[in-house]
Amino acid sequence: MSGLVNGVIMRITLRATLSRRRALLLALPAIMLIGISALLRATAATSPVWPPEILGQVGFTVVLPLTALIIGTSVLGAEIEDGSIVHLLATPVRRSTVIFSKYLVATALTIAFAAVPEYLAAAIATSPGSKLSIGLLAGAVAASFFYNALFMFFSAAFRPGRALAFGLIYVVLWEGLLSNLVPGVALLSMGHYGLAIANAIASDSALHPYLSTGTGIGMGVALAAVSIGLGINRLSGFSIKGDVV
Amino acid sequence: MTSIEVTGVSRWYGNVVAVNDITMSIGPGVTGLLGPNGAGKTTLLHMMAGFLPPSRGEISVGGQAAWRNPDIYRTLALVPDRDSVYAFLTGEEFVLATARLHELADPQAAARVAIEMVEMTDAQDRRISTYSKGMRQRIKVAAALVHDPQIVLLDEPFNGMDPRQRLQMMDLLHAQGDAGRVIVFSSHILEEVERLSGTIQVIVGGRLAASGDFRAIRRLMTNRPHVFVVRSSDDRSLGAALIGREAVRSVELTQNGLKVLASDYGTFTRELAGLSRDHGIRLTEVLPSDESLESVFTYLLAS
Repeated sequence: MSGLVNGVIMRITLRATLSRRRALLLALPAIMLIGISALLRATAATSPVWPPEILGQVGFTVVLPLTALIIGTSVLGAEIEDGSIVHLLATPVRRSTVIFSKYLVATALTIAFAAVPEYLAAAIATSPGSKLSIGLLAGAVAASFFYNALFMFFSAAFRPGRALAFGLIYVVLWEGLLSNLVPGVALLSMGHYGLAIANAIASDSALHPYLSTGTGIGMGVALAAVSIGLGINRLSGFSIKGDVV
Repeated sequence: MTSIEVTGVSRWYGNVVAVNDITMSIGPGVTGLLGPNGAGKTTLLHMMAGFLPPSRGEISVGGQAAWRNPDIYRTLALVPDRDSVYAFLTGEEFVLATARLHELADPQAAARVAIEMVEMTDAQDRRISTYSKGMRQRIKVAAALVHDPQIVLLDEPFNGMDPRQRLQMMDLLHAQGDAGRVIVFSSHILEEVERLSGTIQVIVGGRLAASGDFRAIRRLMTNRPHVFVVRSSDDRSLGAALIGREAVRSVELTQNGLKVLASDYGTFTRELAGLSRDHGIRLTEVLPSDESLESVFTYLLAS
């Protein structure tokens, strides 16, 4: 079928994701981030160091990836898990359209639940429209696109439980731990691509960007494109599991 | 002419063979895939529907390959067994969304017609989460029929339906079949096919065990040997009377009544009542012994 995205799929995906109970959990990390910023702002006053440290580290290695993980694996994974994806796939809609529609919804939700709060927290910590807040917003929006591409691929390629587990291992071990200890690992870290982009605008060394802006954008776009391509391929070969003798 | 061609198809999962070298051709009309649970019916349907690649062999649906070919869904519909629909939608929203995904010219009208066809108009504004199992089955059928497919595959469509709904669904399937569509449904319940007029394909242990006209298969089913446990006011006399009958192969006197092996299910059940009345014996219990579906199908296979 024609379009790159499909309105019906996007609406159903949006309703499904927001009607699930875990959607309530999505708002928690964001509220936490804004809360911490408000608290530090009230107590630590105008120290120039903590906003980029806290918002860069906590925001880009905890709030953003975890939010993207929950959303990115559920927009497709939840339907695969309960089998309702069959109703969607038993139509001539192109599989790329299915992926793009769900990818767009997942990214938009991640921006709403993680990137915008990141901006709000930075605006509270510094001032609205500050270089840091704009930089973090841009970096977080970009990282939302990168992360969701990867997690969509995970949920198209692996069983639902495993997709979440692999995502967690990637976020916690690879990004959270290794990429901050071993500089080379940052080259394959979606979070660091985001930080590199944030740093391009904020230019603040306290963000600890290990990558240049060009590397961040280039690697991020390339990995996202590969992930989406692989995800489309996996969904085209979707087979119903279970019901095995 | 629209048809489903299955040629030498096998499907295995690791060491487990689910479907074993099946070849069949299914044309317009209603066809029942009959077999016990785990016989490979669902696996076969999923392969026909393009949701599973065969490990070996070929499947073509309306002249096209089924696997990795979303275009077949313009003419094919699958009603899956799993009770998984978007439960947060109303019945109408679900059918309408499906009509839109098919990019029909007038999705509203198509959805209305399909919902009327399964008699769900009264419940169409309720969320699917509030539906009974039978209602979910029917709304799934409505969604499947919304684009007027030429081939409809239904996996255990009568599951969870009461006898009246079952009858209505069977009529609907027959009407579709009479209109020249290819209708294939699976069932593990023998009684479900009693109302069926059409072709039956019996699948046992992943193999095509029998295929043919429903009347022949049905006759085999009612004439099959069967074990009954019978209790009465005078087991010994009843046993003596029974052994003289043609339809009785053996009688065993046990502490819990008579164990009767009938060579013909239908004749025996008809004759038993009259026989006991003639001898003034009161029947207290007539129990068909637990009979696994497997054994019935194995019998069909041997016939």
